[in-house]
This record gives sequence, C-alpha cells and structure tokens, in this order.
Amino acid sequence: MIQTLAFYLFAGLVIASAVMVIMARNPVHSVLWLILAFFNAAGLMVLVGAEFIAVLLVIVYVGAVAVLFLFVVMMLDIDFAAMRAGFVRNFPLGLAIAAILLAELFLGIGAYNAGGLQLGTPDGANQAAMGASNIEAIGALLYGPYIILFEIAGIILLVAMIGAIVLTHREAKPGARGRQDIGKQISRRPDEATIMKNPESGQGVEL
Amino acid sequence: MTEFFQSLGMSYDFAWFTATIVGILAISLIVMFSVAMVIYVDRKVLGAIMLRRGPNVVGPFGLLQSFADGLKVFLQETIIPSAANKGIFLLAPIITFTVALAAWAVIPFDAGVVLADINVGLLYILAISSLGVYGVVMSGWASNSKYPFFSAMRAAAQMISYEVSIGFVLVCVVLYAGTFNMTGIVEAQRGHGLGVINGFFINPLLFPMFVVFFISALAETARAPFDLTEAESELVAGYQTEYSSMSFALFWLGEYANILLMCSLCTLLFMGGWLPPIEWAPLYYVPGIVWFLLKTFMFFFMFSWIWATVPRYRYDQLMRLGWKVFLPMSLLFVAVISGYLMATGHFS
Repeated sequence: MIQTLAFYLFAGLVIASAVMVIMARNPVHSVLWLILAFFNAAGLMVLVGAEFIAVLLVIVYVGAVAVLFLFVVMMLDIDFAAMRAGFVRNFPLGLAIAAILLAELFLGIGAYNAGGLQLGTPDGANQAAMGASNIEAIGALLYGPYIILFEIAGIILLVAMIGAIVLTHREAKPGARGRQDIGKQISRRPDEATIMKNPESGQGVEL
Repeated sequence: MTEFFQSLGMSYDFAWFTATIVGILAISLIVMFSVAMVIYVDRKVLGAIMLRRGPNVVGPFGLLQSFADGLKVFLQETIIPSAANKGIFLLAPIITFTVALAAWAVIPFDAGVVLADINVGLLYILAISSLGVYGVVMSGWASNSKYPFFSAMRAAAQMISYEVSIGFVLVCVVLYAGTFNMTGIVEAQRGHGLGVINGFFINPLLFPMFVVFFISALAETARAPFDLTEAESELVAGYQTEYSSMSFALFWLGEYANILLMCSLCTLLFMGGWLPPIEWAPLYYVPGIVWFLLKTFMFFFMFSWIWATVPRYRYDQLMRLGWKVFLPMSLLFVAVISGYLMATGHFS
C-alpha cells in the first residue's frame, strides 16, 4: 500500500515538475524544477529496487551536472523576450525530438518484452544477475560480458575530458602577473622578506 | 521497533510506518540537541584557546547559552529584502537544514542502532551531502545582493572540488571493507591493526587517505581554514548576509549538523565507529554508543582547535590544494590500494 502511494506521489511529482521546467518564466526556476524532477525519478528507482542507480542519479545529475547548469544560468543575463520569440520557430524541431524519444521508449519496452536482455525477462526465466545486490549485479555485468563497451565508453570520456582541457587551457607568458610559484612562496623566510629599520626621529627611511 | 508497534495490534505496514516516524523524530531530536551543545563546546574551546572565558552566564557554566540564542532568534523578525526572489530565498535555509538532517538516516550509532541499514549507505551520504550546495547557491542567488552571490559561487566551486577527492577516499575505504553498508564498514575494521587495534586509520595505506578525508571534510563544511564562503573580512557574512531570525538559525543549525556528520563519518570510516579502540574484552563493557560519541567529539574538538589556530587559506590556494594535491594523491592511492589488495588476494 505504502509503495503504491509512494509511486503515485513520485510519478506525479516527476510529471508536474517536468511541466514546470518548461512553464517557468525564470530560467533559474526551471533548473530548480529540473532538479526536483531528477530527485523524484531517483525515488522511482528506489521503488523498483534499483537503489544503486537511484543514488548515482542523485550524485551525478543532481550533485554535479545540475549544479553546473545552475551556475551557468545564474551567471548569464538572459533576454526573456528573445527566448520566447524563438518558440514558434523551434516548435517543429522540439516536436520531432519528442516523437523520437517516444518511439525509443516504445522500442525499449518492446525489446524488454521480447526478452533478449541478460538482466532478466518479465516471466522470470532469464535471471542472470538477479539475487545479488544491486552493486554486485551491475559490476558483474559491466566487468563481465560488457567489459569492452565499458572500457570504450571510459576512453571516449577521457578523450573528451582531455579535449575540453586542451581547448580551454591557455599557456601563461613567463613572468606574467598573477603567476604563482608555490615552492618559492612557501620557502620564503621572514629574514629575507622583511628588513628591520630603526630610524632616528625626524629622519626618513631609505629602503 | 516495528515488532513493538505490531504487538500493540497494528498491521505490519502501519507498524513499520509508525516505527520509522518515531525513529526519524528521535534521531532529529538527538542531533538537534547535540548541535546545541556542540555550538556551546565550540565557543568554550575557542574561548579557552584565546585565553578568555567563553559563554558563562546563561545556566551553570553557560550550558544553556545555545538554547537562549535559539529562543532569541525565534522571537526576532524575519526580514525579506524587497528585491529578493522570495520563494527561493525562503526555501534555501529549509533545504540546507533538511539535507543536513537527512544524512543521519544511515549513520549507525551502535551495532544495529540505525534508522535505515541500506546497502548503499555510504553512497547515500555522498549523494545527500552533495545536495548541501543547493542551499548555499540558492540563498546566494535569491538574496539579489553582491556579497552573497560571490559567496555562493565560491561555495559551489569549493564543495564540488573537494567532493571529488572525498569520493576517491571513500573508494579506498570501500575497497578494504568490501561493502557500501555503514555497519559492514565498521565491522570490517574489527581487529584491522594486527588483530588488536580497531580502525582503518592504523593501516599505512589508509592513513594518508584519512588525513585527506579530514582536511576535505573541513573544506566541505566550509570550516576554518577554508571558510572562504563566509570570510567576514571580504564578504560581510557570505551567503547568510541577508538572512535574519529563524532563516539564519536554520543555516547555523544545518552547518553544525553537517560538521557533526563529517566528524561521525571520520569515526565510522577510519576509527572503528562504535567499536572500542583496541580489542580487549573489558572495553566491551562500555556501551558502543559511548565509544562512538567519544570519537565523534574528539574529531569535533579537532575542528574547533583548527578553527582557533590556522589562518584562512587564499582562494587560489584552496583550489590548488583540492585539484592539484588531493585529487592526484587520492587517485594514486586508489590505484595503489586496489593493486595491493589484488596482489594479496583480498578479493578472492
């Protein structure tokens, strides 16, 4: 009973906050609604027993990706009128993306019902990794049959990361202001950084 | 506790629900009371180190100071700046406070004394503590004021940076413990040091990670020497500048609840949680929760001690420490520890 109530609570909140992402006039509010949607999606994951995925969803999307979204949206000065002017122009494109996503959803459900996946089929016949805890099951799959794909995904991400660093990295000119040599800073001693002067009264100090 | 409510004639579902609610209330009350006392301890320790008395007027030895302060802020007026984004402005302290309390759900105070003994306990704590940044960022933005906004930007960058190395430290601990479950992690530390000493801190491979974790915990909770988010000489009071009365108090309470959480995490991950320091039968006559509290307050004392003695970091030094020192170091240790454990057959 509690599970059913919780499901309708989470599912309703996901849909409501997803609608609010689009409807909100302020982009910062949109991002905050998006975060609420992620969070409730994680709640749905917990209900189907995928607690590891749920926690990862919160750590990766809510804890890191959405913070960066929020960061960028807060820093930008967004022209609301210009944003809304593009609505009619972009509407067909949005519709096409929505149609593709819906088709993929049906394809996914169809593939799951056809029962080719190793995760198990709805009739319970093909339960390769069931019974183990979430983390063990996912680990056994990722580092077992799908090791090559997993490693390829890792390499792609690494290349993307290095690419992003290379694109944004600017070599500072030697001797440029603001360049810090930490070793030099911490090896400085008081007697080389300060001079004691004991000037006569009325006399200036020559440094 | 579910059995107790079932014996009162409730159905299983309803008994479980009631037991959970009672557990949540009990933990919240205990944590809130500890926070009140810990604020007093913090001020007393700071006073002692600065050779002054600290709070000593309200109640015996000033013990009731925090409660008097709580009453005071409760009676004050909540001021909302007219240019603030009202909804988010009011939501931010609530989020900070709620998130600070929610993480306590998986903390085991003693063997079996835990609200939710879930498999992914450690990841849950990581997830919840990564939400803490929202309270700060939202308050900084919604205040519609320059200093809070600067502070929020600093806080977001700082928390994300140090979460990365905290994550790798946790990986090292999990490699040794073989589980994400908090109770399992504590049990794995039983007799870890030559079969005598309880706790991962004694392991030469994990001790550097323990130090990294402790320093990252200081940065994650924005405590001195990393309290750049509320550096009063630069940013007035940081993201709390525009807040008053209860909304300010919620930030204050949430901050200390987070500090206590980090102290108890140090205890659970490295000092053996509720286990006595060494495996010696007479020490087991002391209840586990006493060991847990002793260790946690030892770490809290270290937090206060550092606050009183270490000058504030410069912001670029803070970022350098997080990304150029701790991150490569913890990555290296993940590789070294997993290699060592593979070589010694820990996983087979």
